[in-house]
Amino acid sequence: MESTVLRTEHFGAGFDDNQVLKDINIVIPRNMITAIMGPSGCGKTTLIRCMNRMHELIPSANVTGRILLEEENVFDIDPIIVRRKIGMVFQRPNPFPTMSIYDNVAAGYNLNGIRISKSDKDSIVEESLRKAALWGEVKDSLHRKGTFLSGGQQQRLCIARALAMRPEILLLDEPTSALDPKSTSHIEELVVQLKNAVTIIQVTHNIPQAARISDFTAFIYLGELVEFGLTEKLFTVPKDKRTEEYLKGKFG
Amino acid sequence: MKETGIHKRILADRLFKALIVLLACSCILPMFLILFFITKYGIAVIDWNFLTKLPAPVGELGGGIANAIIGTAILIAVASVLAVPLGILAGIYLAEYRKTRFAYLTRLSVEIIMGTPSIVIGIVAYIWVVMPMGSFSALSGGIALAIMMLPVMVMSTEETLKLMPDSMKEASLALGVSYPRTIMKVILPAGFSGILTGTILAIGRIAGETAPLLFTAFGSPFMDTNILKPVNSLPLMVFNYATSPYPEWHALAWGASFVLLAFVLILNLVAKVGMKKWKVRF
Repeated sequence: MESTVLRTEHFGAGFDDNQVLKDINIVIPRNMITAIMGPSGCGKTTLIRCMNRMHELIPSANVTGRILLEEENVFDIDPIIVRRKIGMVFQRPNPFPTMSIYDNVAAGYNLNGIRISKSDKDSIVEESLRKAALWGEVKDSLHRKGTFLSGGQQQRLCIARALAMRPEILLLDEPTSALDPKSTSHIEELVVQLKNAVTIIQVTHNIPQAARISDFTAFIYLGELVEFGLTEKLFTVPKDKRTEEYLKGKFG
Repeated sequence: MKETGIHKRILADRLFKALIVLLACSCILPMFLILFFITKYGIAVIDWNFLTKLPAPVGELGGGIANAIIGTAILIAVASVLAVPLGILAGIYLAEYRKTRFAYLTRLSVEIIMGTPSIVIGIVAYIWVVMPMGSFSALSGGIALAIMMLPVMVMSTEETLKLMPDSMKEASLALGVSYPRTIMKVILPAGFSGILTGTILAIGRIAGETAPLLFTAFGSPFMDTNILKPVNSLPLMVFNYATSPYPEWHALAWGASFVLLAFVLILNLVAKVGMKKWKVRF
């Protein structure tokens, strides 16, 4: 079948005494969309923040177990390298307020001091904005501030910014929760197109969204991985009773 | 019965309004009086010679404040070179590590320096710099002013950076940008307007200080740009001339006051306008 790009082994995480995640074993297939769903506070965001080592930015954070990116434990790699390989888009659009649209997309290179020629940079910016389906709307205003865009456009700008680093995996943390329905469907379409270029892991508490766009779905409840499998199967014939109840809207 | 009640209330309402307007006016009045008197007595003295000539000896007419203007500029430059980078770095520390013990201690120290009488800071600079070096100097004056400037810089930087959303820092870190680069290239530029405004206000605060300069910069009738020699400054000149027995010196003191006041007012205006113009929209 498909190859694995990332997997977790007996992975747990938390803050001080508060254990958020317990014994998570998940296998993320390459060039697929994996949705991580579950009720608020179940630890789904913590899980993806561990994958690119953003979790440890909080002083009381701790982790156990391993996360293997291409069979290498991310906790043995410099976090800076991990974060360049695993891009992230946040819940609320957060373009850099001081930068133009162009500089926002090129930010990964500019801020890291990676020197590339102007023409290479131009083509990376164009390519990333095209992949994020934003090029047509902004190609004539590349040097305006990114914060003048609408919320949905800002979120696509953030996706372009993450794609510009050519990551292997793109983590999306409820990327549509702050957007209106039109922008949401835009982003959903975009995510589906993107899977040819990059593996996508998307956190969502929107059940229909997970069903619409994902190939695999993980259901996390109270810090435990309850069920993980093909989206089609998980939504039609869930193995666990808790999954079934969650899908029926009994809790969450 | 009811009617009179209402009339009384309306009356009380009007009286209260009149009272607060009056009190508000009494706050503005001193400022206008200060501006009025300084302009009235000061502007008459000001001409090209006043701004470009050195002070004349007693008994001679004319003379200017060129050395005090240059001296003030040197003192501000020395103070800024010391206090601005240090203040910004300390402010970054306080904003980034808000709850550590050391941050608490730093904040406390900054507040104490803020509350220290400026004459005491002058004495400290005298003991630290003037005594070991054996002479009054612009450097010692600049150090005294830097100590006064530091808390304003630290606090304005901290306040500015505290308002920066965490999401901005996360956006940068998630791109694999190192922490120092995130601070220098993302957080600081976004806080630029606030920090610049803080710097301008801090300069405004020290520009008019006299007490810390009495035994540091000391004052001098000559034009001297060597920072190891005593220099004159506008507030020192006002102090020395206004307390002298010569009427022509009094006139020069008014002129110097006017120049100083105009400088500080312009700084404040620039800070106000700059705050709006360079503000970063999130």
